[in-house]
Amino acid sequence: MINLIINGLEVSVPEGTTLLQAASKIGVKIPTLCHVPNKDPKGACRVCLVEVKNARSLVASCAMPASEGMRVFTATKRVRDARKTVVELLLSEHNGDCKTCDRNDDCELQELARNLGIDEVRFEGERAKYQYDDSTAALIRDNGKCIKCRRCVTVCNEIQNVGALFPQGRGYDSVIGPAFAMNLDTVACVQCGQCAAVCPVGAITENSHIDKVWKVIDNPEKIVLVQTAPAIRAALGECFDYEPGTLVTGKMVSALKQIGFDKVFDTNFAADLTIMEEGSELLMRLKNAIVEKKEAHLPQFSSCSPGWINFLEYFYPEMIDNLSTCKSPQQMFGAVAKSYYAKKNNIDPKDIVVVSVMPCTAKKFEAQRPEMNSSGYTDVDYVLTTRELGKMIKQAGISFRDLPDSEMDSPLGRSSGAADIFANTGGVMEAAIRTVYELVTGRELPADNLHLQPLMGLEGIKTASLKIEGTVPAWSFLEGVELKVAVSHGLGNTSKLLQRIKDGEEYHFVEVMTCAGGCIGGGGQPRFTTDEIRKKRMSAIYREDEGKTLRKSHENPDILEIYAEFFEHPLSHNSHNLLHTHYNKKSPV
Amino acid sequence: MNELHCLECQIEPTEEELYSQLDDILLEYINKPGALIPVLQIAQRIFGYLPEKALKKISLTLKKSYSEVAGVVSFYSFFSTQPRGKFMVRVCLGTACYVRGGKEVLNSLKKELGIDVGMTTDDKMFSIDVGRCFGACGLAPVIMVNDDVHQRVKPEKINELLSVYKAGLNNTIKEAV
Ligand code: SF4
Ligand code: SF4
Ligand code: FES
Repeated sequence: MINLIINGLEVSVPEGTTLLQAASKIGVKIPTLCHVPNKDPKGACRVCLVEVKNARSLVASCAMPASEGMRVFTATKRVRDARKTVVELLLSEHNGDCKTCDRNDDCELQELARNLGIDEVRFEGERAKYQYDDSTAALIRDNGKCIKCRRCVTVCNEIQNVGALFPQGRGYDSVIGPAFAMNLDTVACVQCGQCAAVCPVGAITENSHIDKVWKVIDNPEKIVLVQTAPAIRAALGECFDYEPGTLVTGKMVSALKQIGFDKVFDTNFAADLTIMEEGSELLMRLKNAIVEKKEAHLPQFSSCSPGWINFLEYFYPEMIDNLSTCKSPQQMFGAVAKSYYAKKNNIDPKDIVVVSVMPCTAKKFEAQRPEMNSSGYTDVDYVLTTRELGKMIKQAGISFRDLPDSEMDSPLGRSSGAADIFANTGGVMEAAIRTVYELVTGRELPADNLHLQPLMGLEGIKTASLKIEGTVPAWSFLEGVELKVAVSHGLGNTSKLLQRIKDGEEYHFVEVMTCAGGCIGGGGQPRFTTDEIRKKRMSAIYREDEGKTLRKSHENPDILEIYAEFFEHPLSHNSHNLLHTHYNKKSPV
Repeated sequence: MNELHCLECQIEPTEEELYSQLDDILLEYINKPGALIPVLQIAQRIFGYLPEKALKKISLTLKKSYSEVAGVVSFYSFFSTQPRGKFMVRVCLGTACYVRGGKEVLNSLKKELGIDVGMTTDDKMFSIDVGRCFGACGLAPVIMVNDDVHQRVKPEKINELLSVYKAGLNNTIKEAV
């Protein structure tokens, strides 16, 4: 351990700890711009400067390791003046109107300026060129506001391994963006929105559907159904200053009703439906491989995460047949709402508008894929991120913290705990195994509290295997089979896992989630998501699951009913038509 | 390498032949770390500039994102994504040349050729670029036409200087880089 003194407070830290980390350990906040947690420090922006006794110049705390006996000062006049200069220079080039900016309430540049007491900008710089890029369904880029901190470049290249964003050009004329500073749709961007989730300012944000949603709510001819993804309930509270990891399911439902949605339903219902379809698809593939000795394209890849779908289509088109053909829960919900639900309630599907609330920006892209309309109507009309819902609740003047709890509407509102855990990395796999194991053996999954411990947590790639024994006659061909599964989250980790599979590692089922931590760390979640916050949201999700008596998808009575009344059985003709899809091979350039 | 690409007899290689040269190069560099910049340099030599198709091919083969490839290309002024003329005219705008009229030389050149920096004349004869110091500060302002260095260039004499190249009369004609 290394002992040092920061602002007069003693602190001991392990070797290799940076001054920034050491300070945060004792509650001393140092501002940062270019730094992305868990990634190599870039040392580029210089707002994290601190003074170290006997050092000639100020040092960048994000890059400087702590050493024995160091005396560090984080708020001296020299430090404040240096930071002030940096921020004033940024402001002098900044080309944006704070009054109307999407980030007005949580802009890190504004916060920095405020905290440093900047009340005038002494420099007059040439304003950055304004490039408004709304070429993609998911994101808006506004280069005029970009402060070139490069956080987006770090996440897009180092965490997601996509590389859609990179510094272009040199010096003053450089911009942070896609190849040759063109629009984002000219490069292979998977629309995960991780760039938007880390941008400190309003330079990358989601393509907002708020106004469109208000418009349909105000239209008396439309029946507006809203579905909320599992990850929303564990994060929305953060928009209203709740501790991360606070579950606000009941208040969220009340708020949606007050906003004026006609019915508040749950994407969780469709997650249960997904398990029925995707689990059956896995069993069918296993049967093809083991009994029929046919090419079965194993491992089966999960298909809930649209950024991952894009990633595979662009970068691993040769593995496209491994993707489950199941639509994601968001899309299944829409297809069911405009067919089954419409029929059951005698509503003309053309009058139904489906709005989803997602932790994700790629869901906006997924919703507008041309093939997502098998009921004859677009499955999902509008997609709001968690952040957008937070804004709408504020726009409606709702005092969120004072809301009572309400229940979701029926029949597309009931769900099992297995559906809740779709929000966490490892959750889809666990939910699928809870059902598949029981289908095949007639016995409950023999796991502590139904959790598959090796698949939980933030490890980038997780694997597990499970021996199937005591099968019921219909599945006797699986007797003694060792079911092998793998889970990855974050596309960089996913690339590594895919390489391992190409090199010969064998799995039957692989779950991939685009974003670190899974949906709870999605590109549409409240900013700023750190590992600590990921863990809190994840344990909230597990609490939600454990708090239910209904914890397995195949036991959800409304799921049994929809099969009895409408789909007959998983992988039926009707379900193929409405709940399954196909993918397209694409080239990354 | 392609035998048809012969300087002596001046037979222009076809596009297909140029791309097959690029393929050879890529094969050689495919698993080498730090391959991007050398490959871009060689590609520019092959094509005379960096066509979009070649950049995309490089990006795919070296598994570098297109945005990264573009970022590197646009960082170094040495690289050009525009076809280059037979003669690349580089005007030095380093401090010495700048104070001794480099800017005026550049303006006169632009006027004379009717193009801007980074562009090529319609007859594909001349391109203009700017540089920072060619190491001949004592004799500023300096311009380079391909490998020929011209010193103490006078803006009003640009026309005369270019005419030698237009007529093909200079004795040091070399392929543009
Ligand atoms: S959305 Fe994802 S892939 Fe696209 S630029 Fe942003 S981080 Fe990169
Ligand atoms: S877009 Fe945002 S995250 Fe990216 S460099 Fe600009 S300010 Fe930083
Ligand atoms: S955060 Fe340390 S230099 Fe940018």
